[in-house]
Amino acid sequence: MSTIDGMTPDRAAHIHRTMVRIRVFESRVEELFKAGKLPGFVHTYIGQEAIAAGVCAALQPDDYITSTHRGHGHAIAKGMAMGPIMAELYGKETGACRGRGGSMHVADFSVGMLGANGIVAGGLGIATGAALSARYRESGQVAVGFFGDGGINKGTFHEALNFAAAHRLAVVFVCENNQYAQFTSRLRTTSVENLADRAAAYGIPGITVDGNDPNQTHLRSMEAVERARSGLGPSLLNMETYRFGGHYVGDAEVYREASEVEDRRQSDPIRTWERALSDHGIMTEVGLKTIWKEAEAETEAAVRYAENSPDPEVSTALDFVFTAGS
Amino acid sequence: MDIESDAPTRRMSFGQATVDAMRLAMREDKRVIVLGEDISWGGNFGQFRGLLDEFGTQRVIDMPISEAIIMAASVGAAVTGLRPVASMSFVEFTLGAMDEIVNQAAKFRYMFGGQVSVPLVLRASDGVLRSSAGQHSSSLEGLFTHLPGLKVVAPSNPADAKGLLRAAIADNDPVVYLENKKITAKRGPVPVEDYRVALGSAAICRPGTDLTLVTYSVMTGHALSACRRLAEMGIEAEVIDLRSLVPLDLATVLRSVAKTGRLVVAHEAWTFGGFGAEVVATITSRAFDLLQAAPVRVGARSAPIPFSPALEEEVVPGPDQIVEAARKVMGLS
Ligand SMILES: Cc1ncc(C[n+]2csc(CCOP(=O)(O)OP(=O)(O)O)c2C)c(N)n1
Ligand SMILES: [Mg+2]
Repeated sequence: MSTIDGMTPDRAAHIHRTMVRIRVFESRVEELFKAGKLPGFVHTYIGQEAIAAGVCAALQPDDYITSTHRGHGHAIAKGMAMGPIMAELYGKETGACRGRGGSMHVADFSVGMLGANGIVAGGLGIATGAALSARYRESGQVAVGFFGDGGINKGTFHEALNFAAAHRLAVVFVCENNQYAQFTSRLRTTSVENLADRAAAYGIPGITVDGNDPNQTHLRSMEAVERARSGLGPSLLNMETYRFGGHYVGDAEVYREASEVEDRRQSDPIRTWERALSDHGIMTEVGLKTIWKEAEAETEAAVRYAENSPDPEVSTALDFVFTAGS
Repeated sequence: MDIESDAPTRRMSFGQATVDAMRLAMREDKRVIVLGEDISWGGNFGQFRGLLDEFGTQRVIDMPISEAIIMAASVGAAVTGLRPVASMSFVEFTLGAMDEIVNQAAKFRYMFGGQVSVPLVLRASDGVLRSSAGQHSSSLEGLFTHLPGLKVVAPSNPADAKGLLRAAIADNDPVVYLENKKITAKRGPVPVEDYRVALGSAAICRPGTDLTLVTYSVMTGHALSACRRLAEMGIEAEVIDLRSLVPLDLATVLRSVAKTGRLVVAHEAWTFGGFGAEVVATITSRAFDLLQAAPVRVGARSAPIPFSPALEEEVVPGPDQIVEAARKVMGLS
């Protein structure tokens, strides 16, 4: 059960819309992948939408994020249009990265999305560097580094948090604790039960958040972002969530009980939020339906855009290795 | 750009010349910052001496012993408007940041479809210096030259050290700048003026007609002393100091081989799988008909660099090995 407090009805509705857009986009991606339309492999964000939507709604357009292998949701929430993301998943020239990156490297520097990253925890240091740069340029920008419960055990987590904390850089480290790293429960690999406890080692706030409750993900992010922007330094947000799908589309999921997944699906972040929106009179049943319809139309347009786009010219295969004229 | 031969010079060490370059770059462009361990004290080899006083702690940043964050923060800063110079002191320490170098810095521009450039310089000291043993004596340029997206330079003298560092910092792509420990303290004339040595421009540091001796970094000095002995034997070797490995000035090497018909490539790095193999393979496949003898490589033997001075000398190549290789391509041994 979620309440709505500390945010305007507009903000609550915006977060809902973002969540629905991610859900519809990702569901379609799953279908397309299963139909053999997308090369490579894809990791979907279904079940975790309250995090990307709640966190990114706390950011300014020129703030930065770094993302993960599970990055489509972050990309949408940070303001990338669906067309170029979808075209990138198809490997098309009109993709966000002109088909050179694919699902795990979706990026749009013009909206502060500094890249999905196929290296677990690979974005944390880059977010920290972006915050260092923002500090030096006195731009007031904040950087968010998204990562997973698996990523928290990478050495780069330690190196980034220590340095960011030592210099009180404007970074928010958002751990999307979906309980598993690939096939392995975090409980079998990780020294602490509560991942937020790790923050103590760096002398920074470590806050555990219900990652399926947009009210919580948004408000805790607002606080952490505000703290970062005012020069007080980084925070670690441990956002507890669950991925509804497999690690990647096609994962046989032998490592968890179907009943566990079923159970977790009962607390679907979007359904919970919709109940809250209706209870607070922010959205009507009809209004909610419209949002889904719009997201479906937007997604279908993105699919059409991608399918009608050309592959990259093979003569350009070596473009962009270096900067031209450099 | 070429340096006027009558331009006023000052004698200074290789290390001091790099400080000169850093100072010029930082004065010219406020976006240039430096990150590294101990750099406010001048760094392990004095390559950053005095920068803190002039530029302050916002631009000269003492980093924790966290090589991954040194590199990752540099990448993050580079793609958001700055031009970081990351110091790794010993090149072996870059291995703790290999993901950030290989998977992030080198690939960002391509993977993201040309949206961004990653203008950063990675400075690292390599090579053998008086029994520093296995983990402080390596030459790892071959790791970096293998990777599309990285440029790699390895100057051999103070004047080039200054000009190449200026060019590396001004370049819009990640450049690995390798400074050999044995020559860091070596002094030489350095033009006082501000200048850049273009990446991808080799220097012919000794003309010759009998064979082409391609080298770089510390081995350039060894090659020149080998040449004096070869001259006494009546062999005139042309010495090409590549200066920059990526991009590679193949044209200069080809022109020389067309003249001499013989090729020796010498570096301090391990011969097996080393950069010399790339040069030999490229020249052989491009100019097979010009060659009068099979090219010969000179490099370290395949062992971690040993501590014992006697063993170190056995594994690491010097002028003797170059003389031997030259005689071999000349058909004299
Ligand atoms: C450095 C590195 N090691 C291993 C992998 C393979 N890998 C890809 S995703 C993943 C699990 C990551 O788990 P988590 O951080 O919890 O993110 P989630 O998939 O749950 O979103 C692993 C091990 C990788 N991509 N990078
Ligand atoms: Mg996980």
